Amino acid sequence: MDWNFIIQYSGLYKEAAFLTLRIACMGIFGSLILGLICGMIRYYKVPVLSRITGIYIELSRNTPLLIQLFFLYFGLPKIGIILESETCAVAGLVFLGGSYMAEAFRSGMEAVDSVQTESGLSLGLTKKQVWFYILLPQAAAIAIPGIGANVIFLIKETSVFSIVALMDLMHVAKDLIGLYYKTDEALLMLVTAYLVILLPISIIFMFLERRLRFAGSGD
Amino acid sequence: MQDLGISVLFQGDNFIRLMGGLWITIRISLISVLFSMIFGVILGIIMMWKNPVTKVITKIYLEFIRIMPQLVLLFLVYFGSAKHFGWDFSGEMASIIVFVFWGTAEMGDLVRGALGSISIHQIESGKALGLTGGQIYWYVLIPQAVKRLIPQAMNLVTRMIKTTSLIVLIGVVEVVKIGQQMIEAARLTQPSAALWIYGVIFFLYFIICYPVSVLAAHLEKKWKD
Repeated sequence: MDWNFIIQYSGLYKEAAFLTLRIACMGIFGSLILGLICGMIRYYKVPVLSRITGIYIELSRNTPLLIQLFFLYFGLPKIGIILESETCAVAGLVFLGGSYMAEAFRSGMEAVDSVQTESGLSLGLTKKQVWFYILLPQAAAIAIPGIGANVIFLIKETSVFSIVALMDLMHVAKDLIGLYYKTDEALLMLVTAYLVILLPISIIFMFLERRLRFAGSGD
Repeated sequence: MQDLGISVLFQGDNFIRLMGGLWITIRISLISVLFSMIFGVILGIIMMWKNPVTKVITKIYLEFIRIMPQLVLLFLVYFGSAKHFGWDFSGEMASIIVFVFWGTAEMGDLVRGALGSISIHQIESGKALGLTGGQIYWYVLIPQAVKRLIPQAMNLVTRMIKTTSLIVLIGVVEVVKIGQQMIEAARLTQPSAALWIYGVIFFLYFIICYPVSVLAAHLEKKWKD
């Protein structure tokens, strides 16, 4: 193991890790919003939109992110839609993550007992108030384990972004292996970088899950 | 009229080549799924043991494999093992090894979850009836666990099929790579080929994974107590 090499190039990994994190954050934020909207459409069974959302969810869940990205990055420019690498990566992540988050939110909302919403309505709350004060808090608490799993899944999926020409962790590792033949060092730093990103997040969600376990009111 | 890029697909034996590539993808998935299921069941049962040593070892194995992106694992095996141990795996072999390791971890966790979800009184009733440990597993635990397990295992299979798309990045010639070769070959004659070929590959994955997911969802609903 060549520690000097590791010290010399750890800066590259730091940069790449921040890039990964930045895109992952934007992608996760976007997919939470898209997922919440799609989840609500599915839950309330909005006439036409529900069908369209259903098709989107099936398409996105049953195809790999890599192919989605290839299509966005190499396919779409042929009909004049040119996306920058980063936009493309975020768009791909939102397209993929939105459907997973939608399912998490929908099943969360469905898990809330209908007594809850009915009680809210009978107390004279409007539908919006019922959703915001009664359904959403309980559904979010129930959905937290699913959302946590999705967040980690999405961060892991960012590892394919090197194909849209982003200098992410995989890209750096591959470059170092190719340029200097320092395979061990490059791979060690790669594994460490992902552990540094993913371990804290998975621990945070583990605690959140425990904290929120009281949330199942009405049981 | 401008020629549509889709015609690339039907030039020469392109379509057959693409299907050949798809078969390689499916073959790698099937081999990996088969071994993962077998080893996963064994791992799941080992994880149920009360032995602290096996508990710690399986936990570390599970957490490490699950937290690493699959592409990192592919790099570790493909580049790392060649450098370190001098094992010169083909890309295909490396990907099968990685998917078996990963699939075993995921499957093991599903098996453990399914076995663990069966309430304790089922086991106690079995003991009270005088069944031996093996009989309790065979007649009480396994039939109930299998019903919970199969839909989840099928979802895992679709995940594994989707993940096999990554192997193009370690140089395996499969459906994506063959698609790229066609795009390259038609770059001058049909510049819009990329749109169509990637679109077709997108739907190929969808056509394979969608029926499995639908069946899994159906079985889950049907067997829900």
